[in-house]
Amino acid sequence: MMSWIFCILVGLSFLFGALTGRMPQVSQAAISSCSEAVQLVITLLGTMCLWSGLMKVADQCRITDGLARLFSPLNKRIFKGLDQKSKAAKAICMNMAANLLGLGNAATPLGLTAMRELEKISPQPGVASNHMVTFVVLNTASLQLIPTTIAALRLEMGSQAPLDILPAVWVTSLCSIAAALFASRIFGILTGGGKKGKKEKRSRLKPAA
Amino acid sequence: MTDYIIPAIIVFIVVYALIKGVPVFDVFISGAKEGFGTATSVLLALIGLMTAIGMFKASGALDMLTAAIRPLAQMVHIPPEVVPLAIVRPISGSGALAVFQDILKSYGPDSLIGQVASVMQGSTETTFYTIAVYYGVTKVQRTRHTLASSLVGDVTGFFMSALTVQLILR
Repeated sequence: MMSWIFCILVGLSFLFGALTGRMPQVSQAAISSCSEAVQLVITLLGTMCLWSGLMKVADQCRITDGLARLFSPLNKRIFKGLDQKSKAAKAICMNMAANLLGLGNAATPLGLTAMRELEKISPQPGVASNHMVTFVVLNTASLQLIPTTIAALRLEMGSQAPLDILPAVWVTSLCSIAAALFASRIFGILTGGGKKGKKEKRSRLKPAA
Repeated sequence: MTDYIIPAIIVFIVVYALIKGVPVFDVFISGAKEGFGTATSVLLALIGLMTAIGMFKASGALDMLTAAIRPLAQMVHIPPEVVPLAIVRPISGSGALAVFQDILKSYGPDSLIGQVASVMQGSTETTFYTIAVYYGVTKVQRTRHTLASSLVGDVTGFFMSALTVQLILR
């Protein structure tokens, strides 16, 4: 999938660059973007190490267990068949908590930890399991309760009530999360396998369709 | 108030662990070491994707896509001024922030356009980046229906942000 996205984006850039006569900019972007990626990872490296370290500390003194219990009624529904006491489930809970609080810097490292744990228990190496898809989809939708950056920007631009958008943000977020999760469930069934448990078993018998 | 959240969480974890008799710093270091590996493993995927997205943004393809979607948006009563944001939002986080700021500046944060843009910005994420980074740390090659499902969420967010502002805030 990523191969396709990569090729399509690069191909379209060349095509549109030629059509709009913006080839110099495209060329410039090709050279500068890759070093931007390195800068981004260096930034990420710090928060990644910090929050992975804190996650481990929280795990050792069982804070994550408590959090996992708190989220388990919800997670049992979203991640059907996932062991709620597994390391993956705990990391997912920490990621959700960070997302809800709007701590993007913490949510990403915790989410990546969760992905690695989910991969370990994935039945088919190289292919995303239903849990992995659901988890990534959840993270591409926004779970943030109070969008602080946006409120700050609105205030800066002279808004009378920077937080008046909150109810609309919540309803919109809930709808898009529900739609995305529903879509992933439906597509999951369409691309082989019904419910979680069945799917995992079937894919083990029948490798890479 | 929000300034308190991060320091408070760090203090809580560290102090609680100390009380529980956990060797806080040693455990922290061993956890951080795992994080280091995760961060470096995502680098190569990001170089690829960010180069492609950077080229795509520079090529002017987004402007054409925006122009194509504008009339469609108008048909379903979505202010066409927010279309550029809807297009950029899933692709580039920094790009979306720039477009968002521009919209607030041009139309005012409390106008209909400003409010729809705010809700849109607040209820969606940078889909492509998230998918690239999250799968970047794994060895997964087939991401199956991840992108399709995420885009369903993004499109829903696009329509709902206009709808909710008009229904709830007006």
